[in-house]
Amino acid sequence: MIAALAGVEFQSNWLQVLQSPFLRNALVGGSLVAIAAGLLGYFVITRQNAFAAHALAHIGFPGATGAILVGVPVTLGLAVFCVGGGLLIGVFGRRVADREMATGTILALATALGVLFASLASANASTTTSVLFGNLLAVSDDQLVIFGAFTAAVVLTLAVLARPLVFASVDPAVAEARGVPVRALGVAFVVLLALTITMAVQVVGTLLLFALVVTPAATALRLTARPVRVAAIAVGLALASVWGGLVLSTMVNLPPSFFIVSLAVLAWLVVLGVSGRRGRVAVAAVPVDRHHPH
Amino acid sequence: MARGGQTVWSDGTFTVRPGAVVGVIGPNGAGKTTLFQLALGLLAPSSGRIEVLGAPPRRGNRRIGYVPQNYTAALGEAIRCRDLVTLGLTGGRFGLRPTSAAERAQVDDALRRVGALDFAERRMSELSGGQQQRVAIAQAIVDDAELLLLDEPLANLDLRNQQEIVRLLGDLHRDRDVTIMVVAHDLNPLLPVLTDAVYLLDGHPHHDEIGEVVQEELLTHLYGTPVGVVRTAQGDLFTRAAWRDPVHQQENAREAGA
Repeated sequence: MIAALAGVEFQSNWLQVLQSPFLRNALVGGSLVAIAAGLLGYFVITRQNAFAAHALAHIGFPGATGAILVGVPVTLGLAVFCVGGGLLIGVFGRRVADREMATGTILALATALGVLFASLASANASTTTSVLFGNLLAVSDDQLVIFGAFTAAVVLTLAVLARPLVFASVDPAVAEARGVPVRALGVAFVVLLALTITMAVQVVGTLLLFALVVTPAATALRLTARPVRVAAIAVGLALASVWGGLVLSTMVNLPPSFFIVSLAVLAWLVVLGVSGRRGRVAVAAVPVDRHHPH
Repeated sequence: MARGGQTVWSDGTFTVRPGAVVGVIGPNGAGKTTLFQLALGLLAPSSGRIEVLGAPPRRGNRRIGYVPQNYTAALGEAIRCRDLVTLGLTGGRFGLRPTSAAERAQVDDALRRVGALDFAERRMSELSGGQQQRVAIAQAIVDDAELLLLDEPLANLDLRNQQEIVRLLGDLHRDRDVTIMVVAHDLNPLLPVLTDAVYLLDGHPHHDEIGEVVQEELLTHLYGTPVGVVRTAQGDLFTRAAWRDPVHQQENAREAGA
């Protein structure tokens, strides 16, 4: 352990490294992902889609290795598989209980395909590792353009759909009776989520995706239940995690994924601790209901 | 009315008059919720004709307020009461236009009418069952619905909360002349406000005034188990399970024969 930790070394030239072009790409790319992921987090949680989000990231794995196999951009392979997988989950699992099973099954199949493609493409271990754990430092100019387009699509679509989507997410039965196209909104949401995950996978990787999609929104939800504020706080937390993670990783020359995830989780733990204590005090101090004094 | 290849019920012809407070009763699985889904335009009848408020049912009819069954169980942490009621008014609107002052006033008014203004800023998950039901009703009336459909609004509520919700329904009916239809498996708490009932008997819906429905023979047939009807000296009406211990019954029979 000590010997392994000896490999961690403070980089005295970290400020210069931060100004290099590949870190500029990492900063811009990571920020774009943080915006999209932070915005969608509220819906992932209220729609109980966390497992589906996790699964979509895994479903992207064969997309990425398959893309290497046939020689097309990894982002394209990821996008095709994520969107396709999202639609499949949507078709097979209309009810939450069905969705759990459909998601689990599709997830397993996708992971198996990913292993097969990786083997067929004779992708080396580092390629596979970068799909599983992300490689923010390898974001290219071309990828930045795609990230920009995806994030713009997510932001603009959400601007139009936000209100009915909140209604359909927290209160689907009444929303449907009210004439809100609940099912169509569900499909649109899955596509937005798939696009976001396509990007996030390249930043934090398949296995660490929650840190950008779910954790910032979960942290924000401890502080407020107002959807717009949740989205704003979640975006802020995701951005802070990406930026802080990049700086820290540059300082010690270790993968940014670890630091991004750690910062997001740290914020969640701090808020959990603070709001938990405050919540208990508030319950003790204020009668919950005038009709039912406790 | 058929659903999933099975006929839920058939041959029902009835008219609910505007301003009535109607109990929709019948045993589990009789199709009470299905009746609501027809009225809401979420299901189409396999044959026959329905009119709601003078027009064929259609999804998204703003003149109908709806409180589904187990409503509150599905909602949790992530929404404040006030925001939920606001969605009843503006939730179908696409685009970024913010809630107007007039709309906020309408939401406040709905919250006040159900007595939920005090806890409007709280999350749904922080409220008691009775409080959540009030918010659900506020959401249903916020758009000035003329017809309220409530599916088991008293389920999982204690006696006091049941009475408060029933009193609230009575107030809404009196102040606004709202027509109310309530699905309920237990008639008793609602009897003070009900004017009519729709009962699903042997696969057919029937409609009558409440006094004609609350009869021992009819209710016993309807629920497939002995039901007694008691009228107190004060004029209060209530039903009770009339099941008797067999030994008891034999004694009664002997006495009757003697």
